[in-house]
Amino acid sequence: MNQLLEDLLRGSPNDESIKRFLESNTFPLSAPDGVTFVYYGDADAVLLQHWIFGLPSSQDLERASGTDLWHLTLELPADSRIEYKFDVVKDDVNEWITDPLNPLTAEDPFGHNSVCRAHGYRRPGWTEPDSGSRPGSMEAISIDSRYLDGPRQVTLYLPARFRRSRQYPLLVVHDGEDFLRFADLKAVLDNLTDRLEIPPMIVALTQPGDRLKEYAGDPDHASFIARELLPHLNATLPLENDAKRRCLMGASFGAVASLSTAWRYPGLFDRLLLLSGSFAFSDIGTHGRGPVFDPVVRFMNAFRKSPGTPARKLYVACGVYESLIYENRSLVPLLQANHMDVRFREVRDGHNWENWRDRLQDGLSWLFPGPLWMVYE
Amino acid sequence: MISRTMLGPQRTVTTVGSVLSRLDIGSGPVCTITAGWQEREGELEELQRHVNRPTRELSLYHRAEEVFSRNPDFRDAYHRRQKTLKELQRLYRRRLAHAIAALEELMRERGNDMLIQNERRAALRALRTLDRQHLRRIDHIHAAFVQSQETMLPADLMAHRKEIAGLVADSSAVLIAGGHVELLLNRLRLFDLATGLKARPVIAWSAGAMALSERIVLFHDNPPQGAGIAEVADRGLGLFSGVLPLPHAGKRLRLHDSERVSLFARRFAPARCSTLEDGTALTWIDDRLTDAVSAFRLTRSGALRPVKAA
Repeated sequence: MNQLLEDLLRGSPNDESIKRFLESNTFPLSAPDGVTFVYYGDADAVLLQHWIFGLPSSQDLERASGTDLWHLTLELPADSRIEYKFDVVKDDVNEWITDPLNPLTAEDPFGHNSVCRAHGYRRPGWTEPDSGSRPGSMEAISIDSRYLDGPRQVTLYLPARFRRSRQYPLLVVHDGEDFLRFADLKAVLDNLTDRLEIPPMIVALTQPGDRLKEYAGDPDHASFIARELLPHLNATLPLENDAKRRCLMGASFGAVASLSTAWRYPGLFDRLLLLSGSFAFSDIGTHGRGPVFDPVVRFMNAFRKSPGTPARKLYVACGVYESLIYENRSLVPLLQANHMDVRFREVRDGHNWENWRDRLQDGLSWLFPGPLWMVYE
Repeated sequence: MISRTMLGPQRTVTTVGSVLSRLDIGSGPVCTITAGWQEREGELEELQRHVNRPTRELSLYHRAEEVFSRNPDFRDAYHRRQKTLKELQRLYRRRLAHAIAALEELMRERGNDMLIQNERRAALRALRTLDRQHLRRIDHIHAAFVQSQETMLPADLMAHRKEIAGLVADSSAVLIAGGHVELLLNRLRLFDLATGLKARPVIAWSAGAMALSERIVLFHDNPPQGAGIAEVADRGLGLFSGVLPLPHAGKRLRLHDSERVSLFARRFAPARCSTLEDGTALTWIDDRLTDAVSAFRLTRSGALRPVKAA
């Protein structure tokens, strides 16, 4: 148990001393040896709900005797970041809520979660909007797709000081709107470019229609990117004509879509940035991840059988608190054995957007080193 | 009397206009060199607002592109030289990493003080020797290129040189902006500006100041990739003698780390390593430092000391 909490409880606290304690600390209580979650309120039970693979996903908080103060301590290694909710049970009704004592939340397409930052974790400064960074601009385009049946909206990010007289590298981002909304991609691109850590680049932010179909290794999605989106961008924007200056990026199923596109069209995108890829496969029998993964497994099994060299430089990252760590670890030696230069990062985080946000500096600056050493403005 | 001023970055605190107005140079036009901005060269609206007098951009970046496109043999020879320099830099970096690692290991050693101090000094000497050797090799490559091209320089390059020399000679001062330091230096060399600049008042900032110093040292203590070891990249034009300008030092260097500061100062001595931050201005008149504003010198003790005018 956290020492501060232990001291409080040792003194037989009343409502007033508990309130003082709650007002004078930030929650969850973080210490080098672990994190203590605290809930204060009338309830029949309170459970911590989290998404750490390897731990029971639901754990009971303990009620401090004679009080409405509930607590649970987890041994969480330094630098970890996890997302969680409380399941508050009262009169047989369960309510999942964010932690009322913790102002930090993360958003994803399904709502909000509370964020727990273990001892040592700091949100990187380059992920926060910075008024001192020159902003890039955004514009929307529409591409009629033969492969995906109809028009597709794509958002373009043009770097600050964009000039048509210059040629730029290209980054194609799967789930682009989600990266903007949940992973602060615009601020990250502005900051990394302004700090010269990446070169100014054009970013095409794509969004799926039927995500679970299109991003599951679908050949039509790959054709859309390779035969429709890329030619359109090449025709309308000043892009470098070099596969080494083109990158596909995605997280989860978006990483599968990136790998699938590069594999089906080798030589077009020589750089891949793959975050928490849903690279499920089966050596024999069924895969056990449910029917949604059937097409992914079909693609991954075909890829594993005959990987070729879809790209030559790949940044692969995965949280150790997500079940996909097994598949991602398995992928790395296969890529390396097939002459691909792989940088693999395991991080103490889960399957979420802020994990993917925090990887962008390392990934992008490795795939596209900026002019940091040469430019002094 | 010729004045030369180096300034800190001009992006957020623009002082070039006020510095220029304090120089006793009349109200004639000034030449600008913005080749370090590459494809944005010559976009002077912002600068002109501060300078408040006619400007003549020398367009070194665009002139060079034109020369290269018209003279493919010369361009190829030039690019071959750049490729050789790049490869040399890569090899130097390999040795540098080991030299720095040896010194850092010795800095961590405990035990007999005199023995360790001797070894540390020797490791630092080895590092300085490596930097010197590298610079000599760069000199040889430049000299070989000049010699090989001496009698076959393109006529249009010579015409550009002549025109530029005339523009510089007729100007009341030359302003040299920052940006890409290697590219800027190469363009200054290509158009043979060293002599012309010596005869005119010059105000240079950031990479502009670096290009005019005696040695170009690239530096960043916390890059997102790599170890962050400062490296010698070339010899500059040498108009600012005895000083090694460090633009954005506060962001790029761990100035609170006295061991790193001390090593930096000792490695590049006798040059005085001077920070160039927003608002910094160092002015020399006939090689005498006459004015120093908001500049700090990295010292052997690891402390930062204000740069003082003579």
